[in-house]
Order: sequence, then structure tokens, then C-alpha cells
Amino acid sequence: MTLSEFDSFRPTKPGGRRRKDGKSARGRRGDYGDGSREMPMVPEPEFTSYYGRPVVKPAPWGDDVAIYLFLGGVAAGSALLGVGGQLTGRPTLRRNARLGALAAVSAGAVALVKDLGRPERFLNMLRTFKVTSPMSVGSWILSAFSAGAGVSAVAEIDRMSGHRLPLGPLRKVLQAVEGPAGVEAAVFAGPLAAYTAVLLGDTATPTWNAAHEELPFVFVSSACLASAGLAMVTTPVREAGPARNLALLGVVGDVVAMKVMEHRMDPIAAEPLRQGKAGTLLKWSERLAVAGGVGTLLGGRNRVVAAASGLALLAASALTRFGVFEAGLASAKDPRYTIEPQKNRLAARRAAGVTGDAITTGG
Amino acid sequence: MGQLSGPTDPTADAHWEHSHPRKGFFTDTSICIGCKACEVACKEWNHNPQDGDLELLGSSYDNTGALGASTWRHVAFIEQGQERIIEARESGRALVNLGMPRIGPPTSEPSPMDLAEADTTPPDTADFRWLMSSDVCKHCTHAGCLDVCPTGALFRTEFGTVVVQDDVCNGCGTCVAGCPFGVIERRSNGTVKVAASREEQHAKHPEVPNVGVAQKCTLCYDRLVADETPACAKACPTTSIKFGDHDDMVETARERVSALHAQGLTEARLYGANENDGVGGTGSVFLLLDEPEVYGLPPDPRVPTADLPRMYRRAGMAVAGMAAAAALAFLGGRA
Repeated sequence: MTLSEFDSFRPTKPGGRRRKDGKSARGRRGDYGDGSREMPMVPEPEFTSYYGRPVVKPAPWGDDVAIYLFLGGVAAGSALLGVGGQLTGRPTLRRNARLGALAAVSAGAVALVKDLGRPERFLNMLRTFKVTSPMSVGSWILSAFSAGAGVSAVAEIDRMSGHRLPLGPLRKVLQAVEGPAGVEAAVFAGPLAAYTAVLLGDTATPTWNAAHEELPFVFVSSACLASAGLAMVTTPVREAGPARNLALLGVVGDVVAMKVMEHRMDPIAAEPLRQGKAGTLLKWSERLAVAGGVGTLLGGRNRVVAAASGLALLAASALTRFGVFEAGLASAKDPRYTIEPQKNRLAARRAAGVTGDAITTGG
Repeated sequence: MGQLSGPTDPTADAHWEHSHPRKGFFTDTSICIGCKACEVACKEWNHNPQDGDLELLGSSYDNTGALGASTWRHVAFIEQGQERIIEARESGRALVNLGMPRIGPPTSEPSPMDLAEADTTPPDTADFRWLMSSDVCKHCTHAGCLDVCPTGALFRTEFGTVVVQDDVCNGCGTCVAGCPFGVIERRSNGTVKVAASREEQHAKHPEVPNVGVAQKCTLCYDRLVADETPACAKACPTTSIKFGDHDDMVETARERVSALHAQGLTEARLYGANENDGVGGTGSVFLLLDEPEVYGLPPDPRVPTADLPRMYRRAGMAVAGMAAAAALAFLGGRA
């Protein structure tokens, strides 16, 4: 340590290096870099990160991507409700679900493009098909889904406007393909809802990667309850029966999958799901999902209760997506979530006698 | 689709028809003097703009911070006391005692009179040491960034390295999250600052190049095709950064670590030299003097794509579940 005449001007060294929850602080998070004081440079024995700096980088994604996760799910579930309405003769449900699917997928696609570093190059997404890239696979799923959702929704708009769209001879073509288009969109609906979970799982972001086993189940459940919620808001209770059923299945799936996920994933990597902003979002997501589910179960045949439950479910799904999204970003920003699970799994493999697969070798 | 994990020759795996030897770095941190010539040479050659606001970061002599879109070489500085040195020596000894399978012939111990070796040995100060290490893109055998890139902007070169094509990348950012080492980054802004006295000359300088696209070390691809050494290795005054055929680099690294062990410096260990690790071995091999996390390196990185087939299967099950739920919703009772 240096001793200079300026030492007396320095603020006192920050107190204990213990966090409120009693765990030892790793590295020297938050107590460097503001330039207001010189810090002691000799690390403490518990030092296990490089000046508390992150090891992996968080994805440079803004809220647009979380919004897309939500809207993609709404669109996917809506397409399933639309094809169900189409096949079981529920014209209002069919119409509202198809319109919902197109609106959600369009807004979602805009959000995605807006988040690109070079939005003008968004078509490069379809430059190749790469099965190792969930983003590439997802872009093709999104395109295929949008084609079917678009055609079937345009057919609905044409019908609602009394065949006033300037389609000319194409109207007959549109009417002929709207049914198959609805089915086509429904075929790609499941993949659209699930691929985003693979997209997040296939990253080095600790919490997302550790959640990769159960995240697809969380996301499809969330898509089901959100789209069912939208249908319950838009569609009279007489035709919304299947939406209520789907909402209940979605709520059960969502709550169960989330619990199983948190239980099975690495306990340290699961922490960001319970802490901070993400923890709050996910807590409220669960509450709203349960509230919406109970409302659906008990008062789903009342138009007002159904609409309120639907809104609760939509909000629950949005909070789930934002919560998982935020938890991942938080886990990437703290080196602890990268280093500790990796050290633990390395130690576990060594304890089990597997010594040949470490990146660090003695020679 | 090539191999997703395990040992392989990345160039052959990427279906290059003519075979170049795989190129790579061996960064021997035991002889790094922290001069940052590599950082400067890299910035100069690759026209990388300024990163950060010229702030002092309070992390020893490291005011660069970390690898990023505009920083492709980063010299880490770590100051350690006696306790930590002893710990590092013990953890290194434990690695040797694990009895890792060795590849290649056993190396002979260097003679203690070998002055060339003696010169490069870090001074054995018992109570204090200063670790310096020049970090760089690992050019992994199984590169997370390359695997998840949706546009094909990232590609495997004939030298087995991983390079971004600036004009193809649309800045989706998936690669940033895909890298287990936190190397690649999307260039958001940054300024090419100019010297005030030479304003007219520098006024002609272009704006920050490649804003919004992913950027990282190319292992100086433009120099490799001309049979030149990458700028950082060329500039390194102590040969801490060595460049050459990957196989030679690994062999050199093994010889060096044995030599250090023979001198009693059991804290020396290799990072990235094992082709059975989570990324299939790295193109940039390091000799470290402490645990990797001390240098900001992940202790057990694993390319996320190694689990991708499993993830797709789980997603397939979820899709089936969603379809079944929708069918049940329409066919089931209650409604």
C-alpha cells in the first residue's frame, strides 16, 4: 500500500465484504471503477473472479426480444385455437383467433427486426438454413407460420369487410386456401412457441443454459394460457369453451413446469429466477396465472369474469417471458453464476474419477 | 452439419477441400511483461475504434477491462500475495497429480544451466507476484458463436479459425450469448478519437466501422492469407504470444509447462490444450499460473450446442404436449 499525503482525503474503506444474505462476496463487485478512491490491489483469499467482472457476455437484447417471446407465444396458441374453431365450427373463435395470431406475429416480427444491430439486413436471416442455429431454424418457422397466419387472417378481414378488399380474381384463390393456410399455421404453431426456449437454452448464459431441459415446457404452457386468455377477452363465452379448457391446461402446465425447472436446474444458476427484478416478475406471473386460472374455472362463463381472467393470463405470460429473460441477463452479468456452477460440475466429475475432460491440464 | 462436440479437425469438419494446417496462438503468461503492445498492434492493424472513456478502472494496470467488439486482445493484471501463491501452487500440483493422459513423447527436463530457460522464468518472489496475461478469442474447435449464427456471417476459415463477415452479419446478437468465454460482442458505438493537432488529416477518417455487427479477433485472417504472423504475435517483445501451427503450439505449451514444473513452479498449467474438453480444445492455448477464473476465464466451459440435439428433442416433446393440449381443449368435456 502506498502512503502519501493524499491518503487522509480518501474515504474509509468500505466495510465488511459480506453480503446481506450471509454468502461471501466473490470478487470485488461494485467497489471499483468509480475513480473516487484508490482500492487495495492485493486480492483477498476468497477472490475467485477477475475484479468481479462478468465471464460471459449477456445477449445484447433489449425488451423487444422479451416482447417477441410473449407475442410469438400468443400467435402460436391463437393459430391452434383458430384451426380448432375452423374444424369444430366456431366461426367467431376462428375469426378472433386468426386475427389475433396475425396481429401478434406481425408485432412480434417488428420487435425482432427492431432489435437487430442492422435492421436493414433482416432478410439475411433467411440467407441460409442452419440446424445448429436455433435463431435460423426459428426464422424459418416464423416465416412459415406467418404465411399461413397471414393468408387465413386476410380471408377473415375480407369476409368482415363484406368482400371489399381489392382482390379481384384472387378472392376465389384466397377462399380456397384459407382453410389449408389455417392448418399450415397450426402445424408451425407448436415449433413457434417452443423454439424460443431452445434459442435461450442454447447459449452460455448460465440461467438460460441450465434451464434448457424444462424451458420448452414452460414456454409452450405460457403460450397456451396467453392465447387462451386473448380468446377469452375477444370471444363471447358461448364459443370460448375450448379457450377456457386450454387456459386451464396452460396454467397447470406453466406452474408445474416452472417448479420442476427450478428444482432440476443447477441451484446456483436458478438463483436469478428468484432474486431481484426477475424474481419479482416471476412471482407475480405465477400469482396472475393462478388467479386467471381460478377465475376461468369458477367464472369463465360470465363474460366480465372471463375477460378479466383472460387479461390476467396475458399479463402472466408476459411476466413469465420478461422474468426468464431478465434472469438470464442478470446471470450473465454476475461472474458467480458462470464460475461456481462450472467449478462445482468440474469437481463433481473429478470426484467421480473423470479427469480427462477438463480445459485446464497439468501438462 | 458437422460434429457438435468432442475432438475433431475443425477445418475438415467444415468441409474445406484443401487442407491447411490449423493455426493458433500459444500465450505463455509466465513471460508476459504486461506491455500491452499486443493490444496496440491489434487495434492498429484492425482499425478498431476506442473502447470505453479512457477511465482508470481500479484493476491494477488493466484499464482496458475485457475483451469486446473493439478490444480483441486484453492484458489482464492480477496482484497476489503469498497465501494465494501457495494456493495456486497447490492447485497446480493437484492437476499434475490427477495423472492426466499425456499426448506425445515425454519431454526431457531442461538442464538447470540452460540460460535461455532461466531468463524467461518468473522471479520466484515468495510473498508477492504480479500475473499478466494477454487474453484473446479462443478460436474453439466447437465454437459456440459460429454454431448459433443464423446468417452464416461467422464461418470457419481454412486455417481452422472463426471469423465474422461484416457485410453478412445483421447484428442479431445470438453469438454474443453463445460464446462460453464472453469474447464476441456486438459493436454498439465507440468513437474514433482524433488528435486535436492533426484535425484536418484525421477529419477524413471514417466513422466507426461496422457498428451494429458482431466483432471479434479474426486471428488476423487478412495477414494469414498473405502468410504473415498476426499483429499481436508480431509485436510481442517477449514471445509470450507465439503463433504457429496448432499442433506445434500445443507441443510447445506442453514442453514449457513441464520445464516450469521441473523448476518447481507447479502453479503452471495449460488452458485449452485438451481436445476432450467442453469445446473440443481451443485454437488459442494458454499457460496460466493460477486457476482460470482468476484471469476471468471460465473454469469448465462447454459449447452450448453440444446439448442442442437434446434441446430439440425436449422442444419436440413440448410441441407434442401443446398440440395435445389444444386437441383436448376442443374435444374434451366441460366447454
